[in-house]
Amino acid sequence: MSYIIDRRLNAKKKSTVNRQRFLRRYKKHIKRAVEDAVNTRSIRDIDRGGEVSIPSKDISEPVFHHGSGGIRQRVFPGNKEFVVGDEIKRPEGGGGGSGQGQASNQGEGEDEFTFQINQEEFLDFMFEDLELPNMIKKQLRDATSFEVRRAGFTSVGSPDKLNVVRSLRAANARRIALSGKERRKIRELKAEIKTLEGLPPSQEAVLQIAALNEEIKTLNKRIKRMPFIDEFDLKYNNLVRTPVPSSKAVMFCVMDVSGSMTQSIKDTAKRFFILLYLFLTRSYKKIEVVFVRHHTHAKEVDEEEFFYSRETGGTIVSSALNLSAEIIQERYPPGDWNVYVAQASDGDNWDGDSHLCRQVLEQRILPMVQYFAYVEITTGSHQNLWLEYEQIREKFGETFAMQTIVEASDIYPVFRKLFEKKE
Amino acid sequence: MKQREPISTSSEWTFELIQKYDQEIARVAEHYGLDTYPNQIEVITSEQMMDAYSSVGMPLNYNHWSFGKQFVSTEQQYKRGQMGLAYEIVINSNPCISYLMEENTMTMQALVIAHACYGHNSFFKGNYLFKTWTDASAIIDYLLFAKNYIAKCEERHGVDAVEQMLDSCHALMNYGVNRYLRPQPVTPEEEKNRLLDREEYIQRHLNQIWNTIPKKDEVIQDRAPRFPKDPEENLLYFIEKNAPLLEPWQREIVRIVRKIAQYYYPQRQTQVMNEGWACFWHYTILNHLHDEGLVTDGFIMEFLHSHTSVIYQPPFDSPYFNGINPYALGYGMMQDIRRICENPTDEDREWFPDIAGSDWNETLQHAMRNYKDESFILQYLSPRMMRELKLFTITDNAALSSMQISAIHNDVGYQKVREDLAASYNIGNREPNIQIYNVDIRGDRSLTLRHYMHNEQPLGEDTDEVLKHLHSLWGFDIHLESVSPDGNIEHVRHCPTKVNVDAVA
Repeated sequence: MSYIIDRRLNAKKKSTVNRQRFLRRYKKHIKRAVEDAVNTRSIRDIDRGGEVSIPSKDISEPVFHHGSGGIRQRVFPGNKEFVVGDEIKRPEGGGGGSGQGQASNQGEGEDEFTFQINQEEFLDFMFEDLELPNMIKKQLRDATSFEVRRAGFTSVGSPDKLNVVRSLRAANARRIALSGKERRKIRELKAEIKTLEGLPPSQEAVLQIAALNEEIKTLNKRIKRMPFIDEFDLKYNNLVRTPVPSSKAVMFCVMDVSGSMTQSIKDTAKRFFILLYLFLTRSYKKIEVVFVRHHTHAKEVDEEEFFYSRETGGTIVSSALNLSAEIIQERYPPGDWNVYVAQASDGDNWDGDSHLCRQVLEQRILPMVQYFAYVEITTGSHQNLWLEYEQIREKFGETFAMQTIVEASDIYPVFRKLFEKKE
Repeated sequence: MKQREPISTSSEWTFELIQKYDQEIARVAEHYGLDTYPNQIEVITSEQMMDAYSSVGMPLNYNHWSFGKQFVSTEQQYKRGQMGLAYEIVINSNPCISYLMEENTMTMQALVIAHACYGHNSFFKGNYLFKTWTDASAIIDYLLFAKNYIAKCEERHGVDAVEQMLDSCHALMNYGVNRYLRPQPVTPEEEKNRLLDREEYIQRHLNQIWNTIPKKDEVIQDRAPRFPKDPEENLLYFIEKNAPLLEPWQREIVRIVRKIAQYYYPQRQTQVMNEGWACFWHYTILNHLHDEGLVTDGFIMEFLHSHTSVIYQPPFDSPYFNGINPYALGYGMMQDIRRICENPTDEDREWFPDIAGSDWNETLQHAMRNYKDESFILQYLSPRMMRELKLFTITDNAALSSMQISAIHNDVGYQKVREDLAASYNIGNREPNIQIYNVDIRGDRSLTLRHYMHNEQPLGEDTDEVLKHLHSLWGFDIHLESVSPDGNIEHVRHCPTKVNVDAVA
């Protein structure tokens, strides 16, 4: 007799734990692969899963086995022309004997152990140990949106919140509780009738039974008279308003588009902005992106124009900061929105303006934003904008950060530096 | 035989059909006298099959990264189409659990049922190695115990500590087997009860062997009896019982790995026979059904197509060659034994006087019950089989500049080829023979192992890594001496590497 069982609906993914153990053990390797991928991939598919390669020797499980050398005798099938005493050349590499080892059963001589990780894992590794600064602090302090949540039941409320099931249950309980005395009496009377019926029949007993039955009837009537539902029974759903942290974020991309910004610098900036965007999507449900570009004056533009149109002219950074501040005030009140600003520039600014930038930042922007990150994409030395910003960093270390990017491969490390967890 | 209606004509399977096929196959199997455990047939998806793959074919197992690695690589290869999944996995348990993939056609399901549920199943129940070394009714319970115990250890001592322990034990897993001593089967309840006693007892008495007060006299050192008195082949057993620094839970993990290694030991020694036996019976049973008219011609064609590809042996110079195919060799030999019994030639009468012309089923059953790969080949590989497979031996002596053909499939070579092939299935030859030789109990507690060299073969390049694992289990220095048959110590390894001592010497 055989049992036939359909297991197809049983839990799949039994290996998940083992797989995670594996990823955990080779975290360093995977992180390196992710880093490489971030730096080399095109912007469009930066957030897809990825292939990870680990050198086979790092991953092998050692066992005792024979090395090459010594005398081996192996039997092969498919002899065609060999006769005893024939001498044949040893095949290149490994001396013909290494095939006997059974150390690796899946590597098949590959030098790399390659496997896929999915998008979620990829992002996990990419943003591991990073956090959005000041997120928790801000979350509840200025909460302005509320959510209505259930909080049990009350006995007072408006009719529209009446909970029928609870009310009837309470009524039932009340009726049972209040009729207890009567019902106990009825039970006793019934028992009495039973004993009377058990006795030999007589005139007296019949009469007595009739009397008892009469009494039961009156008691039952009394129970029936009890109100089916009382005002006291009514139960209402209790709803309370609880403040919820805003799950909305807005990200400002501020970039210099003056003549000194070449396309490759803009590409670098774009990569940086995309990383930031991906990172924010992991913390917030809804994200809006505002593009502000500037040369001598600033303008809010769409993405296409932001990255690909070129203008010439001087550079006045404060114009962009002013515009950003205005947009924040108009459309993104800091109570409702988590505001992040990322500014990218080659560090060029009109000399007289940098001081103004500092003022605008300190007075109008930094009080309203969660975090302001400035990256300077330059190979040259820092100019006055950087120096002014350095002063800001000293004052507002919590919300303000700045880093330099020299070449594309710096983007990810710089990003990590800007958002690394602070103890 | 009377012709009957075929059981099914379409290639779609249903549970009713599986049941009908199973009944018919069971009837035929009984007709041939196959003795099996009850079957538990489970239909699973390909994803679940990959899960089963990665926990070494077990329905449950403890968690370890190496299983994850196995899973990741299986998944990767399967997705890329580099490999198909096995049609079936069968577990040596009572009831005997077999997995059928849902993607299989009805023909394949029937093939798998005949192959696994009656072929392998009867082998597990009948073969002496399985009877001696494994306890089919207890394995699932034991694995459950192991899984829970290791999970508990992880909770208590941290995942990393447990992982490190398992890594070390896995490195020595093949040396966690008693090759000659018969183990006493233990039920899981007993196992649990013994667990506590053992933990306490070992910890209390372990230090006995260290109790001797060290004496400075070096002459005594030489004459001092060795510990252990006889070399110990089961390294994990020795560690479990004698390693001075292990915690009780660590000893238990050593024990778990050792027990599971022991469970797999018969499978590693009977691959050719086990597969050959199962292939022989699925072939015989399904053909029997065809003769009775229970399966269609289309069914038998589809069956033969996959049967022949399973038992194909590519020649040594083919790009598909990957060693001797155990299915081909095993199936070929089983059919050959039947032929020798039914239609013996003069050659067969000369080579196999005792079985030529005897009852084939009885002879096969006898072979199945009493042999393992090595002895089976040595006993039953016929000259005709060697000619069919065109077997020949290459001797590769590293000291010479070229390899030599030392025997081929001809009158002078039959014996030699047969012996060589049998020897290649001897685990004692395949794996280095390493045993625990001595513990310096009066001195630095170092552990000395001896590698008894076979055919002058040295140890592979992993050896130092394995010694590191052994060192972490033992806690004191490890020495590994490679000894040639005449007793000379050819090569010594140390862990940790002895740089200073060498410099002084």
